[in-house]
Amino acid sequence: MSGIIGYGAYVPRNRIKVEEIAKVWGADAPSYKKGLMLEEKSVPSPDQDTITMAVEASKRALKRAGIDPKEIGAVYVGSESHPYAVKPSGTVLAEALGATPEVHTADFEFACKAGTEGMFVALSLVQAGAIKFGLAVGADTSQGAPGDALEYSAAAGAAAFIFGNAPLVAEALETYSYTTDTPDFWRREYQYYPQHGGRFTGDPAYFKHIMGAAEGIMAKAKMKPSDFQYVVFHQPNGKFPLRVGELLGFEKKQIEPGWLVPKLGNTYSGSSPLGLTATLDISKPGDMILIVSYGSGAGSDAFIFKVTKRIDEVRDLAPKTRSLLDANKNYLEYGAYAKYRGKIRKAD
Amino acid sequence: MRNVAVIGVGMAKWGELWGKSLRDIFVETALLAIEDAGLDRIDSMYVGCMSPGLFIGQEHLASLLPDYLGRNPVPTVRVESACSSGGLALRQGFIDVASGMSNIVLVGGVEKMTDVNGHEATYALGTAADQEYEGYHGLTFPGLYAMMAHAHMAKYGTTREQLAMVAVKNHDNGSKNPLAQFPFKITIEGVLGSVLVADPLRVLDCSPITDGAAAVILCPLDMAKRMKKPGVRIAGSGHATDTIALSSRRDITWIESTHLAAQKALAMAGRKIEDINLFEVHDCFTIAEIMATEALGIVKKGQGGKAVQEGLTSLRGRFPVNPSGGLKAKGHPVGATGVAQAVEVVKQLRGEAGARQVGGAKLGLTQNMGGTGGSSVVHIFEAE
Repeated sequence: MSGIIGYGAYVPRNRIKVEEIAKVWGADAPSYKKGLMLEEKSVPSPDQDTITMAVEASKRALKRAGIDPKEIGAVYVGSESHPYAVKPSGTVLAEALGATPEVHTADFEFACKAGTEGMFVALSLVQAGAIKFGLAVGADTSQGAPGDALEYSAAAGAAAFIFGNAPLVAEALETYSYTTDTPDFWRREYQYYPQHGGRFTGDPAYFKHIMGAAEGIMAKAKMKPSDFQYVVFHQPNGKFPLRVGELLGFEKKQIEPGWLVPKLGNTYSGSSPLGLTATLDISKPGDMILIVSYGSGAGSDAFIFKVTKRIDEVRDLAPKTRSLLDANKNYLEYGAYAKYRGKIRKAD
Repeated sequence: MRNVAVIGVGMAKWGELWGKSLRDIFVETALLAIEDAGLDRIDSMYVGCMSPGLFIGQEHLASLLPDYLGRNPVPTVRVESACSSGGLALRQGFIDVASGMSNIVLVGGVEKMTDVNGHEATYALGTAADQEYEGYHGLTFPGLYAMMAHAHMAKYGTTREQLAMVAVKNHDNGSKNPLAQFPFKITIEGVLGSVLVADPLRVLDCSPITDGAAAVILCPLDMAKRMKKPGVRIAGSGHATDTIALSSRRDITWIESTHLAAQKALAMAGRKIEDINLFEVHDCFTIAEIMATEALGIVKKGQGGKAVQEGLTSLRGRFPVNPSGGLKAKGHPVGATGVAQAVEVVKQLRGEAGARQVGGAKLGLTQNMGGTGGSSVVHIFEAE
């Protein structure tokens, strides 16, 4: 059997509160906090990007996997904020980890589900016997246009997973994907900020695809919500994952361990993968975990994992995700945030 | 002038109809009205639609709609008077039949509002205000009605809770209307705790963005009697305008155009306001219903808030207002709203309104308003 042999998370230490953003735009902070169930979000430092965060998360995954990087046969980075439009992120990551040159590398882009796309392919290559180990990372330094609702949620973070056949931390029991042509969110080339379809991003987009994928994989695996200890959904805001969980018949206690968004924001390609790392951090051998991502455009990838006894051996080999969220925080004012995010630039 | 009857009504479920275009929504609804009327002839059509150009990039509905309904070459007129487009289309259809120019007229209203985002929809709706003196200075409709609400509260002591009671009442009624966009109840606490839009108005004080259509079929009363259709007659029609800019009004707590349109409609019908059994009024914001009940003469100036608090305008009150759920709960596809009000009143007078039926209703009134009251159309319907 194949599955996860190591996992790692990375979250920048900078934060900005909803109140601080709302203050600048004259917006009603309580409305955003209640409406989107957001409190604060992570912000990358000026010298951080998708690649640096991918490296941090992957090193932690390697610590938990305990393997020689040279044995990694594939390195995939999923992001919508690759630093270069042309020139891969994956090559830099593979080089930094010491996995080059005998390695297949690719960058993925599919709005917020690019991370699980990489996971899907890396796992599949391991299952096919084409590679021994495969690394997949979901990482983003996502941008929301100034004053747009997205600015309150667009955050930064990365999660990395190494797939292999042994020693398994979590066995992959089932995969499933659900995809349609649904234009709910997009960014054209040369555009700096994405655009979105407002309420169209809800029912016909997020909810339709997550429910399609969740119901599809449970039917395929002949399982029901009560068969899972935990479930992780893509989290563009605090409300959507709780609502979709309720619609599917999950209880809040199944969602909560991976529900990071109120304190983290939406890390796009890192969103549901980071939720999975936080869930693995607290899981016990035998626990069943369902993860369903969502990427605008639109599609969802779903995985069912069964946690093995090895979780107890690897859990403490790298920082736990919740500890990254809660410790060593540095709160920014909007001015510094605007500079860090390139919203304002120093004159030449 | 000939007497005019409504012999068919049509309306389908309203909401965010992502899978349907404007033409789909219109045709589906028009066919329901045609089926209800039980006839296969239309002499002319009048369709209220406020801003297809801004909402879907399409004008020339006068060709498009009969084309997709399979009714070319029927003469068709698209009527625009902002949010009172539907009510005005009904009035034009009424005049056409009453004058003897046409015998069978389809009056429709339609708006497809969700193809654009919230900002674009707010802009499109904002074109109903005075662009040079209001719009260019940043005013939008929630802002204009918020000022009207503040003025009403200051002048008459109308309370924040009374505004909320309008929304609660209309959602209560709307929960009994399966075609409503939001067929569920809400609470006063829910309204007071909802997202602030323009102080004092919160999101649950505001009518929503809606895709929807409504249609009625008119013909001479004599013809309706020969066809043995359950008869509802248009007994009165009134239309009045006022300054487009709120700042030009003598009193921003009073909707003069609605008052004048109601006086004309009542005079034509030979009725007093006390004779009317139910009202469908233009509650685009909660304060608008309070002002409408005053302008129509249901209550005295300044008493609209008290009236809703005391239950006078509830479904089982003396003067039921918005049994359909109103714009608040049923939805507000702007061009369709005025026609949908007529659909509700006809259903009520036929005794077909189900759980929200006003018992023994013989006379019903619709009040449809454009902008902040720059135009108003009032109709009175009587069961034959």
